[in-house]
Amino acid sequence: MTGPKKTPLYDLHVKHGGRIIDFGGWALPVQYTSIIEEHRTTREKAGLFDVSHMGEFRVTGKDPLGFLQKAVTNDIAKADVGRCIYSPMCYPSGGCVDDLIVYRLGEKEYLVVVNAANAAKDFAWMTDILEGFPGTRLVDESDGTAELALQGPKAETILQKVTEVDLKAIGYYRVRDKVKVAGRTCMVSRTGYTGEDGFEIFSSPEDAPEIWEALMEAGRPEGLVPVGLGARDTLRFEASMPLYGQELDAERTPLEAGLGRFVSFDKGDFIGREALLAQKERGLERKLVGFEMVGRGIPRHEYPILDAAGQAEIGYVTSGSYAPSLERNLGSGYVPVEMSGIGQKIHVGIRGRAVEAVVVRTPFYKRRRPTGA
Amino acid sequence: MSGVYPKDFKYTKTHEWIKVTGNIGRVGLSNFAQDHLGEIVFVELPEVGAELKQGETFGVVESVKAVSDCYAPASGTVVRVNEKLVDSPELINSDPHGEGWLFEMELSDPSELDNLMDVEAYEKFEAEEEVAH
Repeated sequence: MTGPKKTPLYDLHVKHGGRIIDFGGWALPVQYTSIIEEHRTTREKAGLFDVSHMGEFRVTGKDPLGFLQKAVTNDIAKADVGRCIYSPMCYPSGGCVDDLIVYRLGEKEYLVVVNAANAAKDFAWMTDILEGFPGTRLVDESDGTAELALQGPKAETILQKVTEVDLKAIGYYRVRDKVKVAGRTCMVSRTGYTGEDGFEIFSSPEDAPEIWEALMEAGRPEGLVPVGLGARDTLRFEASMPLYGQELDAERTPLEAGLGRFVSFDKGDFIGREALLAQKERGLERKLVGFEMVGRGIPRHEYPILDAAGQAEIGYVTSGSYAPSLERNLGSGYVPVEMSGIGQKIHVGIRGRAVEAVVVRTPFYKRRRPTGA
Repeated sequence: MSGVYPKDFKYTKTHEWIKVTGNIGRVGLSNFAQDHLGEIVFVELPEVGAELKQGETFGVVESVKAVSDCYAPASGTVVRVNEKLVDSPELINSDPHGEGWLFEMELSDPSELDNLMDVEAYEKFEAEEEVAH
């Protein structure tokens, strides 16, 4: 038995007091000081996250676009160089293999960033698809890539202190390759998983600790704090961003998960198209909703959702938490479409009791964008 | 962590404490428990009148990430619960051995307290648990 894998920043996490847990085979900090504090500081100022566990695949060669169009549901042809595109990747059944971001770095060069827990599965899946694209290459660069996320309203101010590149020129869901950050060559994108403005910074594993320390130093006057996995989850949850293994899995389709705008039926064939089109034409039977607890209790992953009378089981909770910025107990879960309307009364089964909840609008949290942006 | 734990409390291996005055035991969670749970955001306490048996679950505390059962340090009847925790569960974090108490019970068998750890034993146990975590 080998222990969990360490990211290049492991020693720094320990040094800065991170409470290390085994997260899907990775030794990562769940928190440094407090999940609630780290969450709120990210919303109000800025937070720095080690997300080096994410998987990175480079696609190059003869027909990377054709390959990606086949593999994922969104229309990658919409990406000019420097654009990032979020997309589900589906099985022929329409269920999700994963959700990912495709970064177009050159005419025929893309980087695909996938969930850590799915990286091996995704690579095997995509390698099978690649057989239909001779001359196109797919390379797993996960081990050679570190990734930091700098998130929050102060993220741009902080990153600008350690890079020459004008960050205003990197718009939302845009990426710039070969950027110097703290003197090291990086790829920088304006992406994230918190619902805040912010950047993700990809570098070599050797350079990552120095970039981390330079950002912490530059961010000190702005109130930057290191943030663990605990707050990463509550931040993404408040912003209603799906998490694979909870909102998404091999059974649920992107249409059920409310990700229809990332499924392009017009772009031509892709894996899962037939099943998803049939589901769309048939109409959905169930869908993902957000809800707020009315009674006392916190909904949690896999708790049953019960009907308005609190009797029949009609669905299940995918994620639930005390929401640190909204200060309410919120959840998301799948329910039958006829019970998915805003204001619908439902119940959550918590330790054998039916606790009342109500379906509310999502995302639960939406940041205020600066005027003029 | 010498000095953190009151000397007149008894402690369980599941990190509850009990302070006995006459026939009444006041129950709470130890500093070790609150520290390892993280910020507590929800508490489910027993109802007044509930009959508890030593070692049985009496309620739940939830932090942002975790749901944890709590175990009765002794047998008896719940006579009072700390209502402040409904709106301020964070009292368990800020003052686990004081303001953050959970409930009081009338003990049905005070001899059971002999099964619990005194402060010296608990400090040793807690230090070993700390290493294990």
